[in-house]
Amino acid sequence: MKKRKKGKKDSFRLVVDDVTYITNPNKMFTLRKPYSPANPNIVSSFMPGNIQKVFVKKGQAVKEGEELCILEAMKMKNVILAPADGTVKKVNIKEGDIVPKNHPLVELQ
Amino acid sequence: MSIKQKTLDLKQRMQNALQGGGAKAIEKQVAMGKMTARERIISLLDPNSFHEYDLFVEHAAKDFDMDKKHLPGDGVITGTGTISGFPVCVYAQDFTVAGGSLGLMHARKIGKIMDHAMKLKIPIIGINDSGGARIQEGVNSLAGYGEIFYRNTQASGVIPQISVILGPCAGGAVYSPALTDFVFVVDKISKMFITGPEVIRSVLGEEISMEELGGARVHSEITGNAHFFTESEAECFQKIKKLVSYIPWSNKRKAATFPKKAPKTKQYRIDNIIPTDPREPYDVRDVIKAISDDSDFFEVQELYAANMVVGFGRLSGQTVGFVANQPLILAGVLDVDSSDKAARFIRFCDAFNIPLVTLVDLPGYLPGIDQEHAGVIRHGAKILYSYSEATVPKLTVILRKAYGGGYIAMCSRHLKADFVFAWPTAEIAVMGPEGAANIIFRHEIMNSPNPEETRKRKVEEYKQKFANPYVAAAHGYIDAVIEPSETRKFLLHALDISAEKDEKAPEKKHGIPPF
Repeated sequence: MKKRKKGKKDSFRLVVDDVTYITNPNKMFTLRKPYSPANPNIVSSFMPGNIQKVFVKKGQAVKEGEELCILEAMKMKNVILAPADGTVKKVNIKEGDIVPKNHPLVELQ
Repeated sequence: MSIKQKTLDLKQRMQNALQGGGAKAIEKQVAMGKMTARERIISLLDPNSFHEYDLFVEHAAKDFDMDKKHLPGDGVITGTGTISGFPVCVYAQDFTVAGGSLGLMHARKIGKIMDHAMKLKIPIIGINDSGGARIQEGVNSLAGYGEIFYRNTQASGVIPQISVILGPCAGGAVYSPALTDFVFVVDKISKMFITGPEVIRSVLGEEISMEELGGARVHSEITGNAHFFTESEAECFQKIKKLVSYIPWSNKRKAATFPKKAPKTKQYRIDNIIPTDPREPYDVRDVIKAISDDSDFFEVQELYAANMVVGFGRLSGQTVGFVANQPLILAGVLDVDSSDKAARFIRFCDAFNIPLVTLVDLPGYLPGIDQEHAGVIRHGAKILYSYSEATVPKLTVILRKAYGGGYIAMCSRHLKADFVFAWPTAEIAVMGPEGAANIIFRHEIMNSPNPEETRKRKVEEYKQKFANPYVAAAHGYIDAVIEPSETRKFLLHALDISAEKDEKAPEKKHGIPPF
């Protein structure tokens, strides 16, 4: 087993309660992703799956609750609905696409 | 037939069964860099101690032409033996027989040896190397898994359960190891996941290798599913033998005592390990080694959440569980993972009558959006829960910083530690001096003609007054301020006089820890 590196004076620093500590990161700390607040105008996939149908086009006006697309995931056909009234600014998907979780599907404005 | 003929017949039958999946399958197993199931058991146990049972068990499946197939031992070897003289029950899945797949009789063999372990009150060690459920046996293989999980849960906290992953362990099969106390993995051999790379590729279109998805390193560094990372099967068996020496056979016993040995004080000089500046790092394992018998420390989950160190050592020949903040990594903060890691280790020690020694040096909890959203409240609560719940002797030494919630969580007097000692370098305070001074003297600092200078002066004042062990000592929250070199002496005495500690938890079916 390899020995952990000893802390160097100029290595990683961590601030807790206004005190700066000289230390080292662990594996999970290095894998952290920066936080970005959710954009309410972007409708994203809530789980990975494939796009079975797309009902809307760019520039189209939609009402709250209107069907945007069908995301087939885990053997279920999930209808993705518009969260609010608006206009379709961008459609990022086409039928047959495989999308990961949190992928932006449709952008409204 | 004469007895001699019958004995010959038995020998012939055993010969056939002992071949497992046959020469070709064994060749394949060796080509993968793996030992066979029987070789594994023999390397793990004391020479000639292995006694095998259920060698002649056969599957009873009929569908898909299974009735024409003969699977020796149904793909799993079970029996009893000893490790350094300690009795254990053991099973090993035989990948050479139908890929070690789990059918009904395979599962029954495992269940039977687990039942033995529970009745005999001795540890169970399971060696996993299996392609998963035997699809031809349908719902019966699911039943098999379920019955193993039930037994794992019933045995939890009664007998030590050790899982060894020496091959694939996928789908439902992963949950038996997950329910056991210690999981051993070997680099490039162990693979654990719920859904494999192929499913991920077909559903997500994402490419990932088995190693990157659920290899030994992933489970040791990222998920925390594994407790011991090893480079080879031989090293893995050595570590299992060592672990068995630290733990008792069951919750009715104490761990075996070994001859008392002094620490290697020339190598680990307890007076010189800790920098006096609380912002400077050091390796807390050096402090453990300066205290423990023969400077021996057997670390658990070394690569996971390394900002918390947990593991076994001995004091005066008796096993203790060490829990310590590690200033070398993330300044030793508590976070989601380190709380989980410590909480689980504390509960193991408490269940198996192993006294706890806690070494404290932490600035508090890790700040961050990711921590808050990952549930640091719920996870952090686990460490409070497990320390409060533990009734084994609880000894705490505050080495340096013990600020805020971190001070409370690390087995403080308030969670009913039996003895709390502090070094003269200890700083027990509601938060770090900088943070505290910035809040308390905010107006004074803001309104002063030279705020930076005032701030520095106020921080210094706060340090003088509160960054020490004597405020807490004045309230009786710590029992003694001791010189670092007296630590072992105080701990040995505390342990000695706690031998008959008898603290009972209030009567209840079970608590509801914040899982």
